[in-house]
Amino acid sequence: MGVPYWFSSMTRPSPSFDLALKCVDLVKRYGDLVAVDHLQLTVKRGECFGLLGPNGAGKTTTIEILEGLLAPDAGHVEVLGRRWGHDDDALRQRLGVHLQETQFDERLTVVETLRLFRSFYTTGQDITTVLDTLGLQSKTNTWVVKLSGGQKQRLAVGCALVGSPELLFLDEPTTGLDPQSRRQLWSVLKTFRETKGTILLTTHYMDEAEVLCDRVAIVDRGQVIALGTPKELIASLGAAQVIEFGVGGPDAAMRDALELKDTLERLPGVRTARRDGGLWQLSTTDLQLGLPALMRFAEAEQMAIDSVATHTATLEDVFVALTGKHLRDD
Amino acid sequence: MLTAVRLKLMLREPEMVFWVFVFPVLMALTLGIAFQNREDEPMTVAVRNGAAANALVTTLAATDELEVITTRETNELGLLRDGRAHLIVVPGTPVTYRFDPARPESRLTRLLVDRTLSDTTDRGHGSEARLEEISTPGSRYIDWLIPGLLGMNIMGTGMWGVGFAIVVARSRKLLKRMVATPMRRSHFLASLVLARLAFLGLEMLALLGFAWWAFEVRTEGSVAGLIGVALAGALSFGGIGLLTASRARTIEGVSGIMNVVMVPMWVCSGVFFAVTNFPDAAQPFMRLLPLTALIDALRGVMLNGESILGVGPELGLMVAWGTGTFLLAVRTFRWQ
Repeated sequence: MGVPYWFSSMTRPSPSFDLALKCVDLVKRYGDLVAVDHLQLTVKRGECFGLLGPNGAGKTTTIEILEGLLAPDAGHVEVLGRRWGHDDDALRQRLGVHLQETQFDERLTVVETLRLFRSFYTTGQDITTVLDTLGLQSKTNTWVVKLSGGQKQRLAVGCALVGSPELLFLDEPTTGLDPQSRRQLWSVLKTFRETKGTILLTTHYMDEAEVLCDRVAIVDRGQVIALGTPKELIASLGAAQVIEFGVGGPDAAMRDALELKDTLERLPGVRTARRDGGLWQLSTTDLQLGLPALMRFAEAEQMAIDSVATHTATLEDVFVALTGKHLRDD
Repeated sequence: MLTAVRLKLMLREPEMVFWVFVFPVLMALTLGIAFQNREDEPMTVAVRNGAAANALVTTLAATDELEVITTRETNELGLLRDGRAHLIVVPGTPVTYRFDPARPESRLTRLLVDRTLSDTTDRGHGSEARLEEISTPGSRYIDWLIPGLLGMNIMGTGMWGVGFAIVVARSRKLLKRMVATPMRRSHFLASLVLARLAFLGLEMLALLGFAWWAFEVRTEGSVAGLIGVALAGALSFGGIGLLTASRARTIEGVSGIMNVVMVPMWVCSGVFFAVTNFPDAAQPFMRLLPLTALIDALRGVMLNGESILGVGPELGLMVAWGTGTFLLAVRTFRWQ
């Protein structure tokens, strides 16, 4: 076998059967870059768990270690209560894997591709059922090269589903897809969850995590910096609403940002204030208190507000509050 | 400006530089070596062993342009076919010339030998020599060329068929995706080779069928022997293809390596002209090349009617190449 496997220390903790996945002190370096930095993680059976983070946070490295495709430099993982390096094929029989950027053979048809992947598993689903679930019945005999981006992604997920896995890994399954294709894929995943399967998915779409995931870990620089249900994480902001405003006019740059931040945070109803690019963001527990207070302040200070928007707090706000970065670079 | 940019882009493409500048020079060099001394090369005449042979050999050897060897009757056709002798002289009264009138060297040699012998009256009582023209299928250039082309084809499709499929799958991350399934890696590698062998049958049928239909090229040896040799060749080049593709990440990368491996063999392995054209010092190395072994074995079976055992050394060499490269490839293979 060509992939290097590792054997961990002699002391083996008793396998935890209620856990689908467990990462203990996981470390992976690429030269000087520490991609995964003592990452800890557990995923329960039957759970849909989301790894969220910006590009380069270590999500893909973590998931590929869990899939047994990469060996960690330190720490270990348990997958369905087992470790990699012993009877791996038996473990792989129980996993479904979706990788980023897999391109299937262009001149195979959809059904041929599914049949090929089905042939690797001793048990699995009927191809027709999978085609139904994927909503690709009409494309059964279409060459892969002629599929749209969304259809290709559904096929990729389908190839991970044909073996009726207990645990499904999905690495950014909806990146680059239009909203409709994303929703179609979400419904495929919801169908899978009805079989009591476990899902580990990485994404940098906050709304996707909020819709699909029971629990979410926010990953940055190779570490889990926040963990909980989407609701818990949003509640941890201590704010239900976010007010976003821009300051125009010649005096915009003149104002001392630190001084302004202090002043804004003393406004009634405002918990935190932070400047993000050209915009200010105020998190508030009570919009009816915070918004008028901001307006009165602006009037008194003759601060020229040129835009105001409010939205319900999301995981994106949690992420920005935790890291000061956006999940996507756009 | 556009032209300047275009020029820069061309010069910054290392492969381009190789094919445009280095490759033609290398080709010129090798072909130059192969054909450098053709004019002053002596005409080779083979004298059949027999009672009056010694006298004939002495007479003929006195002429500078002639190189004289002796031969047994059974080897004569082989000598003519491979160009190792241009004319066979059978001692007797009168002497007999056996040669292929389709070959200019043979006609020239006959004239030269005839002149030499008539000057010294060894030809036999002033009478005319008997001419025996040999032009059986199997002695023409096309008969000699077809096994060469078949060998080249087996090499090309073997290396591209295996190597290309691997690198395409690797660069599309499909290989990694398949490794993430319970698929046996050995099955994957075996499938490449098996698909190759299945394809080989069609390939041989196409080329040999056409050669038979258009040029009446036939095989002296058995069809089974021919298939056996071709299988050994395909396995050998399957292994080499696997090795060339075992690390490469991109199509460009693997194309470069393949060309570096294949081009020297096109030139040095006797596809279009015999290896004997090269300097004697280089020939032992050329004989070690797998394509040389394959083509020699194919010619052995098709032209000389050798059995599969008769081309044993060549088969052994091919199997050694195939096994060696296969084992090395499996060790170094980059699955992701």
